[in-house]
Amino acid sequence: MSKGSLDAPAKPGQAQAHEVRSENVIPLQILSPEGEVVNPERLPDLSDDQLKEIMYRMVFTRTWDDRAVNLGRQGRLGFYAPVSGQEATMVGSEYALEKSDFICPGYRDMPQLVWHGLPLYQAFLYSRGHQHGGQIPEGVNVLMPQIIIGAQILHATGIAMGYKLKNEKNVVIAYTGDGGSSEGDFYEGLNFAGSFKLPAIYFVQNNGYAITTPYAKQTGAQSIAHKALAAGIRGVQVDGMDVLAVISAVKEAADIAREGGGATLIEGLTYRFRPHSMSDDATKYRTKDEEAEWALKDPIVRFGKYLEAKGLWSEEDTARVKEEAKAAVAEHIKKAEQTEKMTVPGLIDSMFEQTPPNLEQQKADFQ
Amino acid sequence: MAQMTMIEAIKDAMRVELKRDPNVVIFGEDVGHVGGVFRATEGLQAEFGENRVFDTPLAESAIGGLAVGLSVQGFRPIAEIQFVGFIFEALDQMFVQAARLRYRSGGRYNAPIVFRTPFGGGVKAAELHTDALEGLAMQTPGIKTIVPSNPYDAKGLLISAIRENDPVFFMEHLNLYRAFRDEVPEGEYTVPIGKAKVVREGKDVTIIAYGLMVHTALKAAAELEKNGVQAEVIDLRTLMPLDIETIVESIKKTNRAIVVQEAQKSAGAAAEIIAQINENAILHLEAPVLRCAPPDTVYPFAQIEDVWLPNPARIVKTVNQVLQF
Ligand SMILES: Cc1ncc(C[n+]2csc(CCOP(=O)(O)OP(=O)(O)O)c2C)c(N)n1
Repeated sequence: MSKGSLDAPAKPGQAQAHEVRSENVIPLQILSPEGEVVNPERLPDLSDDQLKEIMYRMVFTRTWDDRAVNLGRQGRLGFYAPVSGQEATMVGSEYALEKSDFICPGYRDMPQLVWHGLPLYQAFLYSRGHQHGGQIPEGVNVLMPQIIIGAQILHATGIAMGYKLKNEKNVVIAYTGDGGSSEGDFYEGLNFAGSFKLPAIYFVQNNGYAITTPYAKQTGAQSIAHKALAAGIRGVQVDGMDVLAVISAVKEAADIAREGGGATLIEGLTYRFRPHSMSDDATKYRTKDEEAEWALKDPIVRFGKYLEAKGLWSEEDTARVKEEAKAAVAEHIKKAEQTEKMTVPGLIDSMFEQTPPNLEQQKADFQ
Repeated sequence: MAQMTMIEAIKDAMRVELKRDPNVVIFGEDVGHVGGVFRATEGLQAEFGENRVFDTPLAESAIGGLAVGLSVQGFRPIAEIQFVGFIFEALDQMFVQAARLRYRSGGRYNAPIVFRTPFGGGVKAAELHTDALEGLAMQTPGIKTIVPSNPYDAKGLLISAIRENDPVFFMEHLNLYRAFRDEVPEGEYTVPIGKAKVVREGKDVTIIAYGLMVHTALKAAAELEKNGVQAEVIDLRTLMPLDIETIVESIKKTNRAIVVQEAQKSAGAAAEIIAQINENAILHLEAPVLRCAPPDTVYPFAQIEDVWLPNPARIVKTVNQVLQF
């Protein structure tokens, strides 16, 4: 098995002693922070255009995040969880999948949905508290962001079982954070995936904090990837600031899952440059030194250096994508703002296929 | 006397009790170092140490179950569930295990736990952060439910709840946390659990409410007064046990009543209150008791919550219906 991945759980008889042990894990890395290839045998097979597309998406996502934070301050967006710093895990993991694969996101994972096909204005509608943000277009295989941390792990498990029962070679990916890996739902989902050998990928974006609670207080586990062992699935740790490593790990996990080899838990070590949410002050729990240290690992800078060295990217490209992203955000926020407001009668009608008489009556209060 | 917001009063209640009783411990997601997402426990870890006030991993069922286990060990846990919708993750531990500990052990153990949770609409929060879930708690045997409407009551009721030997579900309205300041005594005092309060006297109709809706009801009462209608407003403060005596006394005077709640209309607190009014005061009524409540949908996405929640105009409309019956 590759460097950076844990072995499958030991079979009875292979064990050395009566005490269960596991080794430390080294995160899979392909690019150094200077953008040099350090692990050529794991370099994913991607064309120049594909490499440029990945960079495009990361820069776009960063710009979108910057704009969203501003729009939030202006009161033009509602609930929004910043993503800067996590572009490699978000963009890379989605890029490694097929359109026919399924995504079950947590509340921070809007970029994966948009890159998987959800129109951007719907992401904004969702943020603005409009029900139709969640009307997912036909052919886009996603659920909307989950507010209940961990619930999506179980949905993904069920979707994976569906693929298995229908004998379809698709995979499902579910995202959560280091905090999310403490929820009971997480363990129950992983265990099911292990016992039914399901085509699922559980991607934990370990950004070091759950709101204010640091990783060290979240778990005593050696790593989150180690949590795969007890569930009997593969566990992998990856440098989450290295987009090529993320792509390589997710592609490998997806290939294994498609071939009937079961589920993988991937822990991506990453960092969110902004606070947890729009209403939160990170200076209360993070240090400037720590933030500066992670800034050096910025996934966009790192991948940019790699592409620049190959003559595939320049500062002008970055500037151009930023402008494009700003224009797209402006257009889509306008569309979201111009979308007709939802109504209480409309809400009532969305509860059941056929609105029951008692609910029909309740509309009278709102006409 | 000090002027405090509700959140300050809540913190003060916990400080007083941490100081008084070494068995009181506080825990939950982010409650330690930073003092919680609403800063309800800010400074308490610094003052009392990490053994008394601590962060937990992100796992509500474990938070609930930890509280039960600590109770068995003689502690008095105050467990914070960060937002109300996340109690579902802890329902077994809160509403089954904690609420049944006394019964299942034949009285050998008790569960002197306070489950604190913010709830309440009108703040455009994300999904499942605001739902009014008091009806679930009221339907659960073995747990008491408290919903304060102001800083003074919040502190006095929370101190009572912490000293209570049975589990309490203590719901704090988000929209009241920093809405206004109140005279709040320093140090210890209690407000009794299970006692409602008449917050406005009137003779024509009784408006029964709790939490933020008390304030909405008072606004409606002021509107009604302009048309010569004297509404009496009752702040229930505790939903289980329900102070039916105070309600009946009021209805004897007014002969008409409505109940206002933030939770969806059917099968909730208002339905129970009306059932108890029927059992205890049917002969004093001159009109059916009506509910002013949101429709039976999920708590809507932020865009229309203002229309969905009861407002003074809808309360006035409901009052007029019982007056004109
Ligand atoms: C069941 C549940 N409990 C609590 C919360 C409140 N909450 C929202 S985000 C968060 C921290 C999540 O941390 P993590 O899983 O590490 O993800 P990150 O935000 O760091 O990406 C908490 C406690 C929630 N949304 N759902």
